[in-house]
Amino acid sequence: MIEVKDLHKAFGDVRAVNGVSFTARDGEITGLLGPNGAGKTTTLRMLYTLMTPDSGQVLVDGIDASTDPLAVRRQLGVLPDARGLYKRLTAVENIDYFGRLHGMPAALLAQRREALIDALEMRDIAARRTEGFSQGQRVKTAIARALVHDPRNVLLDEPTNGLDVMATRAMRRFMRQLRDEGRCVLFSSHIMQEVAALCDRIVVIAHGRVVADESPDALLAQTGETSLEDAFVKIIGTDEGLAA
Amino acid sequence: MSAFTAVYWKEVRENLRDRRTLINALITGPLLGPVMFIMLMNVMVNRELAKTDRPLVVPIVGADLAPNLVAALKSAGIDATAPLSDPENAVREQRTDIVVRISPSYPTAWKNGQPVQVELIYDSSRRDASTPVMRVRSVVEGYGKREGAMRLIARGLSPTTAWPVQVADRDQATSQSRSALMFSFLPYFFVLTVFLGGMYLAIDLTAGERERQSLEPLFVNPVARWKILAGKLGAICSFSVVSLLLSVAAFATAPWFIPTEKLGIALDLGWRFGSQVVLLMLPLILLLAALQSLVSAFAKSYREAQTYLSILMIIPVLPSALLSVIPVRAEPWMYAVPLLGQNLGIVQLLRGDGMPAWQMGLCLAGGFVTAALAVWGTAQLYRSDRLAISG
Repeated sequence: MIEVKDLHKAFGDVRAVNGVSFTARDGEITGLLGPNGAGKTTTLRMLYTLMTPDSGQVLVDGIDASTDPLAVRRQLGVLPDARGLYKRLTAVENIDYFGRLHGMPAALLAQRREALIDALEMRDIAARRTEGFSQGQRVKTAIARALVHDPRNVLLDEPTNGLDVMATRAMRRFMRQLRDEGRCVLFSSHIMQEVAALCDRIVVIAHGRVVADESPDALLAQTGETSLEDAFVKIIGTDEGLAA
Repeated sequence: MSAFTAVYWKEVRENLRDRRTLINALITGPLLGPVMFIMLMNVMVNRELAKTDRPLVVPIVGADLAPNLVAALKSAGIDATAPLSDPENAVREQRTDIVVRISPSYPTAWKNGQPVQVELIYDSSRRDASTPVMRVRSVVEGYGKREGAMRLIARGLSPTTAWPVQVADRDQATSQSRSALMFSFLPYFFVLTVFLGGMYLAIDLTAGERERQSLEPLFVNPVARWKILAGKLGAICSFSVVSLLLSVAAFATAPWFIPTEKLGIALDLGWRFGSQVVLLMLPLILLLAALQSLVSAFAKSYREAQTYLSILMIIPVLPSALLSVIPVRAEPWMYAVPLLGQNLGIVQLLRGDGMPAWQMGLCLAGGFVTAALAVWGTAQLYRSDRLAISG
């Protein structure tokens, strides 16, 4: 479970995140929706302790990120905005590197790696160097790398960015599978359909603030709209920076 | 497996697959120095040798006025040739190294036992002309002395009357220290090797990771950043150590390719010299690895880091260049200054003087303290939020 309480982060005069609070529960997919530049990536970066918040608190499975960042990172599997694979290493070597950094014993690492390679349907590319991988192959490798240590909480920054229809459908299937395993899945997106198709709970961020935190049905009821798309536009006040 | 070894082996494996890094660490870095050194030495030695042995042809103005002097020159291997119309210009335009001009009054003055002038026209700013000039001068002066002695004897005087003070040369240079003079730029080659050996790795592991945006996922792992840095520094140091070892081994073969025996100098670049050089260079290896990482961490891209590092590369040249222009007496504190200490030490080892333990100690202590500071500075930079974010 991930709890975020009143996060603030400013870069110079720009208040990128200005009082964000929400909770992402285990066994649920929580979507962080907002237009480009709303502060989603910055919020996630503070969650996985890459950035220190100016104020506010992040709790992952009850552990405070400011007091024990290493323990928090151990509980998280993160697909950052920057996928950043090592192109002179094969997909397997990329995955193993992160497994070793987590201090996993070799046998367990091999077992987890093979399971993920099957689950992500990437057997055909596993032994290839990642140089020249397609966007979809890159995302698969990066996700396998992020989840190799079997984390309870999964953070995905724009996971379907740049993927084609088939790859997007596979990704959604995989995310549902993660939820059904009882994990806490939190992902960000600026694509309304995606959030609508996947989420048990939607957190809408605009201008560095949470403007809504509801289930999709509650969101419709709250705005009095019949489609989620209209509901989002009504909440955010504009459709700028959103994709249908 | 600990985080350090995980990072270390991943970086080593990944960079062993990169041709550019390999070529720099294993070929360009270690072999550039020895090859340049051997080529330069051979060119220098052969030119010098050729000049001292070769018969010299010198234009002499008024050769027929002084057949005795011309004969003396000829017996020393200096042949007279037809005079030039404008000796001063001929020398200035480098058509000849030296012209001898015998004064028209030579025959009468000689007959009357009076002093007479022989002019040597040359350009002292032309270094390659200095050997012929010296040869001609010593023959002319020797001839003059010999004839002077004859005149004194003819007058019933001892020739020593004319030279109350005798100069006796007692050169303390050993054949090894003479060679050290020629090889004083050797320390720079070792520093350059270490620099080049680790450079591409340092760029790749910091600026390269940033550019490829892989630093952010890496830092998400539950590993303290200083441990990641330690693994990376370890990998950089390993590459530069391999470079240095190859370079020392290549230098050990240098005496086979340089005709040292013809110069009357000794050159000992064997394993004893090599092992002491490696020991001396150890702190520099760590210092340069940390400095290269530090500088690369400021760069946003591979190319930018390359530009910064080529500027950084000038710094190690300074001690070598300064020491060759301003010969300073080695003060104890100098050994504690990184680069300067290594420079003094390696030249000393080349001279065959050896290094006392206290000098070696100062050198290592000063180097490692500076290296520790540089590592600490880099670790601080690694802790900043900014470093991981590529966008």
